[in-house]
Amino acid sequence: MRYSAMQLIRQGISGAPWEPAWRTPELAASYDAVVIGGGGHGLAAAYYLRAVQGVKRVAVLERGWIGGGNTGRNTTIVRSNYFFPESAAMYDFALRLYEGLSEALNYNIMLSQRGVLNLAHSEHDFDLMRRSVNAMLLNGIDVELLSAAQVQREVDLLNFAPDARFPIHGGFVQRRGGVARHDAVAWAYARAASALGVDVIQGCEVTGFVREGDRVVGVETSLGRVSAGVVGMSVAGHSGVLAGMAGFRLPITSYALQAMVSEPLKPILNTVVMSTATGMYVSQSDKGELVFGQGLDLYPSYGQRGNLPVAQTIVASMLEMFPAFRRLKMLRQWAGVVDVCWDYSPIIGPSPAPGLFMNCGWGTGGFKASPVGGWLLARSMATGGHHELSRPFDLGRFTSGRLVDEAAGAGIAH
Amino acid sequence: MLLISCPFCGERGEAEFAWGGEPVARPSFSATDAEWGDYLYNRTNVKGRNRELWRHAGGCGQWFVMERDTVTHEIFGTVRVGA
Repeated sequence: MRYSAMQLIRQGISGAPWEPAWRTPELAASYDAVVIGGGGHGLAAAYYLRAVQGVKRVAVLERGWIGGGNTGRNTTIVRSNYFFPESAAMYDFALRLYEGLSEALNYNIMLSQRGVLNLAHSEHDFDLMRRSVNAMLLNGIDVELLSAAQVQREVDLLNFAPDARFPIHGGFVQRRGGVARHDAVAWAYARAASALGVDVIQGCEVTGFVREGDRVVGVETSLGRVSAGVVGMSVAGHSGVLAGMAGFRLPITSYALQAMVSEPLKPILNTVVMSTATGMYVSQSDKGELVFGQGLDLYPSYGQRGNLPVAQTIVASMLEMFPAFRRLKMLRQWAGVVDVCWDYSPIIGPSPAPGLFMNCGWGTGGFKASPVGGWLLARSMATGGHHELSRPFDLGRFTSGRLVDEAAGAGIAH
Repeated sequence: MLLISCPFCGERGEAEFAWGGEPVARPSFSATDAEWGDYLYNRTNVKGRNRELWRHAGGCGQWFVMERDTVTHEIFGTVRVGA
């Protein structure tokens, strides 16, 4: 069924039930390509395997439910304001795919390019920011440096008091950045992939790999064995667990990353605000809640909860920056398990196990890259090699030492 | 808030402690690039019961070994390094 205003009116008048957005097929015994992980990245990979790479029989295996992992747990921010050319090229490709995604998939992902505003809190912060902005401009990214007065014109709510703990010395904005509805991204890819014949299998946990010699030729699952021409993994925080099943280790550590929302408010914040010094980022959802988060929890974790000391720091940072929010009640708090690489850049491409391809290591910033992660994983699975965008992010950089060190380079929250 | 027992100072709140990573053994200087890369970067990243280095950063500053579950955050014990 094609979604349109006419269809909405027709369904509304007739009262007929909407057909499910995707099919729920039985797991087949064999596929040309199997993608492990039904989050935004995995579903995008399945869609692009079918739609762009022309692979015939494709399945996505999801242990839980579609988009129930980090895809449904992030703060929905999209942006491409990265320091290194390799990163900027890749993340901007993702942003361009996002810009056309509602049309391409016939599903409203509610992309709102309301801008992403980053703050500088000292002269030194601002000097470093100028350097980053220059690098981003050279990378072709649409960023603008703002003076403190310009920041105040954009977001009057920020703490401009003379005794502010984090005084505002300026900032920069990427106008094409913003937010998108995270669930809708997963549902849109699942629906579009399913319509093209991809089997989206929920409640199917991968428990091991089937090998022929060295080569991965399938997966063992809770629903039985599946043979596959090629296997891709897109499982974020559980990448290390799957790598362990395949007999190798990764330069990845899994942490809990928290986010939370306040009670809903009338529209009050019309952009995304991020601060390097406090690590905090906040935006207002379409439902009116303030959605905010900060840095990683202090030690590795596979618990989707988050610990209390960090939760307190997050709230304290936001209240320092936005004194007007002090009387708000919190509505929900949660965490996702994120796969953090040493250089805060992802790992895409062939794995040490032939026949198995990876898309992982996105750490704290995977949502904004869902389209490109899927696109590049599909490309790598179909060709066995790299696209020029994914080559710098090959696992081999941890042997050669040629890291793409966004952790140090950008000095921005990921 | 986790209560962590420093082998030197006793029980303190988790905010006083810093996680120090999985114990790794430095290879010899004649190691290959692959061996160095493995030592520097690759981690087992265990889901479940795990042995880790920790440091009482906001206290005595000493390193120690903790056995901990990375899913439930249950702590099974802390011992001095080498003990």
